[in-house]
Amino acid sequence: MYSSFIRFLRALLGSVRDLLPIVLVIAFFQLFVLKQPIPNLPDIAIGALLVVLGLTLFIRGLEMALFPIGESMAYDFSRKGSVWWLLIFAFALGFGTTIAEPALIAVAGEAANVAATGGFIEDTPSSRADYAQGLRFTVAISVGAAIMIGVIRIIKGWPIQYLIIGGYIGVVIMTMFAPKEIIGIAYDSGGVTTSTVTVPLVTALGIGLAASIKGRNPMIDGFGLIAFASLTPMMFVMLYGMLV
Amino acid sequence: MELLNTLWQTLLLTIRDVLPIAGILFGFQLLVLRRVIPHLGRVLLGFVYVLLGLAFFLVGLEEALFPLGKLMAQQLTDPAFLGITASDIGNTDWSAYLWVYLFAAAIGFSTTIAEPSLIAVAIKARDVSGRTIGIWGLRIAVAIGVAVGIALGAFRIVTGTPLHYYIITGYVFVIIQTLYSPRSIIALAYDSGGVTTSTVTVPLVAALGLGIASTVPGRSPLLDGFGLIAFASLFPIMSVMAYAQLGEWKAKRTKRKHESDSVTE
Repeated sequence: MYSSFIRFLRALLGSVRDLLPIVLVIAFFQLFVLKQPIPNLPDIAIGALLVVLGLTLFIRGLEMALFPIGESMAYDFSRKGSVWWLLIFAFALGFGTTIAEPALIAVAGEAANVAATGGFIEDTPSSRADYAQGLRFTVAISVGAAIMIGVIRIIKGWPIQYLIIGGYIGVVIMTMFAPKEIIGIAYDSGGVTTSTVTVPLVTALGIGLAASIKGRNPMIDGFGLIAFASLTPMMFVMLYGMLV
Repeated sequence: MELLNTLWQTLLLTIRDVLPIAGILFGFQLLVLRRVIPHLGRVLLGFVYVLLGLAFFLVGLEEALFPLGKLMAQQLTDPAFLGITASDIGNTDWSAYLWVYLFAAAIGFSTTIAEPSLIAVAIKARDVSGRTIGIWGLRIAVAIGVAVGIALGAFRIVTGTPLHYYIITGYVFVIIQTLYSPRSIIALAYDSGGVTTSTVTVPLVAALGLGIASTVPGRSPLLDGFGLIAFASLFPIMSVMAYAQLGEWKAKRTKRKHESDSVTE
């Protein structure tokens, strides 16, 4: 009991250290650059306390739930030996975690505004909602496909750089043909798809797969799923901009 | 009281976001793999920690850091603060925005250090690499990449140059670095591009981008406000590969030093 309390305190201190840079940056710019007092100091203190507590709990939960379940499922799938189920699972995980992603919903809404202002679609609420909805599905399918391709890559042991560099070349070619207004959103969409819960799960899945397949090295082959998940949305969003 | 209410609302939202993920995990586990999850109780408790942790984390950010950070992003890009007068409009020098770039870099660095998904990847990288990659080494390398990326992205919005020139040049750099990087770091470096931009970084950085685009004369927030996140996902790839190259170079140098020492002896 006592030792677990000490461990919890130590974890809390670790989270304080993680948050400290933000506090210092904000305090420095507020006090010395903008030369203003910090408003609502008590509110900020409570908020900072919540962030520290939340980060500590999240990291504990990560090690208890997200990492073990990602890895144990990877072992079970490779023991079961059914590649098809593994691929369906990979797609479902990518699609399912992205479709409900709040950051994506926000970006899709922005994109619909840009498209309506730019005259690509009718400027009515319903056509905007349709556009945003279509974009969300496009990105979710692209992330599902990305995790699937990434899992195939781990199984086959392909070097990641050929696939990613090939993807970059695809992005560059598509940039030339995509409507100018969509490019910024497309490039940003690569960054918003990978949420805080997805990243640990998908990382553990990849490492678990690489560890349980003979001849794969977890360091070389296990990482990389997230790289695919941030690349394919760029291409799919530009494609969506060209077609719709 | 109001805070408790916000906490409760956020917790419900977090549960709603995590529910599909949990559904997929447990669905496949029970229906396809047909195996009981090992240490089920512990895993479920871990999920509760994840949900509570995320909810606290988000409420804390919303209550404390985001309002002030967003306000500062607005104030720092205010023409009055930057000393830009009406007569300058149209031919503003990019160097007038020096504080903005500095703020962009500082906020990019510090939010990346607190990014939970990066912590997760760093823990895994340490375990898998047999501790040759340190948690802090990776996090600082990624944070430096984000800092440079966001500062450059802010510069791009101020100058109004097209986004894809920067990104395509960045790709060329990544490809060249890939040729010279140790093989074991490549996948991790590519991954670190995607993990940097989630809960903490995106809201503040988006506010900064919109702030700059709406105050710099001649920029439209709709067309120029985007792109900072793309910078923040590209530059960590370079900085992580550079980190690995630096490590390899150091190891070689000490080895060479040892060899020459033993020769002179």
